[in-house]
Amino acid sequence: MNIIMNNLPALLIAIPLLGAILTPVISRYGDNLRNGWVLLISLLTSVTGLLIASKVLTQGSIVYTFGVSALNEIIPPDSGGIPVRIIFTIDPMNAFMLVIAAIVGFCIMLYSVSSMQKLSGKDGFYTLLFLLITGVNGMIATGDIFNFFVFLEISSLAGAALVAYRIDKGVAAEAGLKYGALSTIGGLMFLTGIGILLAQYDTLNMAVLASRIQMTPLDMIAFVLFFAALAMKCGAVPMHFWTPDSYSMAPSAVTAFLVVSSQASLYGLFRICYTLYGGVLNTFTIGWVIIILGVLSMFVGVTMAIPQKDVKRLMAYHAVSQTGYMLLGVGVGLAALSTPCLLNSVGLPALKGGLFHIMNHALYKGLLFLTAGVIFYRCGTRNLNKLGGLGHNMKWTMIFFIIGALAIAGIPPFNGFASKLLIYESTFIFNPVLSVIAMVVSILTLASFVKVFHSMFMGPVLPEYSEVKEAPKPMLIAMGILAFLVILFGIFPQQVIDFMVTPAATALVNYPGYIHAVLGGV
Amino acid sequence: MIELFTLSTGYGSWNPVFWVIAFAIALIIGWIIWSRGEKTYDSGREASSPYISGNAEPEKGAVHIRAGNLYWGYTDALSGYYRFIKPFHTGNASDYLLAYLFVTAILLIVVVIFR
Repeated sequence: MNIIMNNLPALLIAIPLLGAILTPVISRYGDNLRNGWVLLISLLTSVTGLLIASKVLTQGSIVYTFGVSALNEIIPPDSGGIPVRIIFTIDPMNAFMLVIAAIVGFCIMLYSVSSMQKLSGKDGFYTLLFLLITGVNGMIATGDIFNFFVFLEISSLAGAALVAYRIDKGVAAEAGLKYGALSTIGGLMFLTGIGILLAQYDTLNMAVLASRIQMTPLDMIAFVLFFAALAMKCGAVPMHFWTPDSYSMAPSAVTAFLVVSSQASLYGLFRICYTLYGGVLNTFTIGWVIIILGVLSMFVGVTMAIPQKDVKRLMAYHAVSQTGYMLLGVGVGLAALSTPCLLNSVGLPALKGGLFHIMNHALYKGLLFLTAGVIFYRCGTRNLNKLGGLGHNMKWTMIFFIIGALAIAGIPPFNGFASKLLIYESTFIFNPVLSVIAMVVSILTLASFVKVFHSMFMGPVLPEYSEVKEAPKPMLIAMGILAFLVILFGIFPQQVIDFMVTPAATALVNYPGYIHAVLGGV
Repeated sequence: MIELFTLSTGYGSWNPVFWVIAFAIALIIGWIIWSRGEKTYDSGREASSPYISGNAEPEKGAVHIRAGNLYWGYTDALSGYYRFIKPFHTGNASDYLLAYLFVTAILLIVVVIFR
């Protein structure tokens, strides 16, 4: 048992990777066995993630070195004080992200078992989905910047293949190609940045880099390459164009996890700004850059969502808009970072709001994409102009949609309200205009989802959908878990903030603590 | 006990329980009004059919207001904004890349000037 507990970070990658490799083999022995296998692997991966998070949040950061038997071998005696091996550094910020990946990862797998039942090529589908989960978990957990790039590529390639999975007159393939091409170019830019840092500092370890970085002109170029690549991957305006294309064409369960994948990129962006360059960056300026990207994302995302006719494309634009809230909160936190009194009074509450919104968004946006998937599964269309009256036959789906829609619009007592309230209040003190924009965007979000609700669920039963049935049970259970958490986090927001969000925010602003966790000996 | 449910924002507080209680009270009031309605109403008869000045009821699909007809006033009022913003969403991957490089260049200028 101790061996398992001591090696949980390695299992976080090893379990889904094993799942990915063995799924095609197990698929040969029947659908039921394969479904059981993917559920088992997914459950084990999620439990591993939650166990690591629990351990970190109660006992402190974990530094896990691959290829050694003792913890004190993180820095080999002949390495000149540099941890040369691949390490996973999991502090409360990483733990926070792992919780999100664990919850959504299990729910989408449970959902997929039903939603993919009628489709062919399921062995490849689950293999790619496990690779996507592996990539996201690796991006979150690693303490090595080259390792981060490797996992970023794994998640990008698996994501692109999954976007193109459902061949729909070539449109899905085109969306997958766009996602893959942009991700690859972003990845190459990121790799160039890594090369610049390696050439100067002889290390790829993020903690060592953070302790040595000087902000030379080359460091600035590397920072810009990192920043732009990750901002593009998380769908910040004006680099968001790939998001509606990819999110709308991917199977809904995949879309729900692509949201988490984008959030892993967002985490990378925050780690670069707060930790890697934390000691040398002009945080006020870069904070404002993030704020501007956030405001643009919020506004352009929601205004582009309203006229959409494709429900998933509409939701994809809302994902861009909600990413704006996260950027706004975390940007205000970064802008206030260099002024201690401003950090405590405005920066930390805004940062907590931004981080809490990441978790809330993963839950309610995952839920919304899953409800859209149910509609497509049962009705065969995502076109809002063709849908209507589904509330008569799909009551549970309608209830889950209402919960998700109210949460994304920031209506109390759902979880979206709690995080938005933190963002509104703290940004109002920082700059009232930002807060007003955020509130207006929330109103527009509500208006947009009222339209979707009316178009899909209200009105008389349409003749073409008179025989439509409710979603299968596994899909309902997956949506039910997310809906339950949306309500739970809305009713007990302070507990979530105290247990997960505040430690994550504190860890993010404390970059010396991150360096010490690795170099100071654990 | 009440503190358990209270979110402290740093500038104020928010308690979801009060909202839930208010919501529950509204539901109860709604249920009371509904339960005091006409008991003899039979939904299976003519009373449930719409009366449209004596005209025949249109097909179900024809009376449902579709998504394309909603918020016409909003999009029309903001037509200038949409004429500006929509052309950026070309669907062309080369344009996506151009936007990415544009942001990278702007960011580089900002970082160098304000380092």
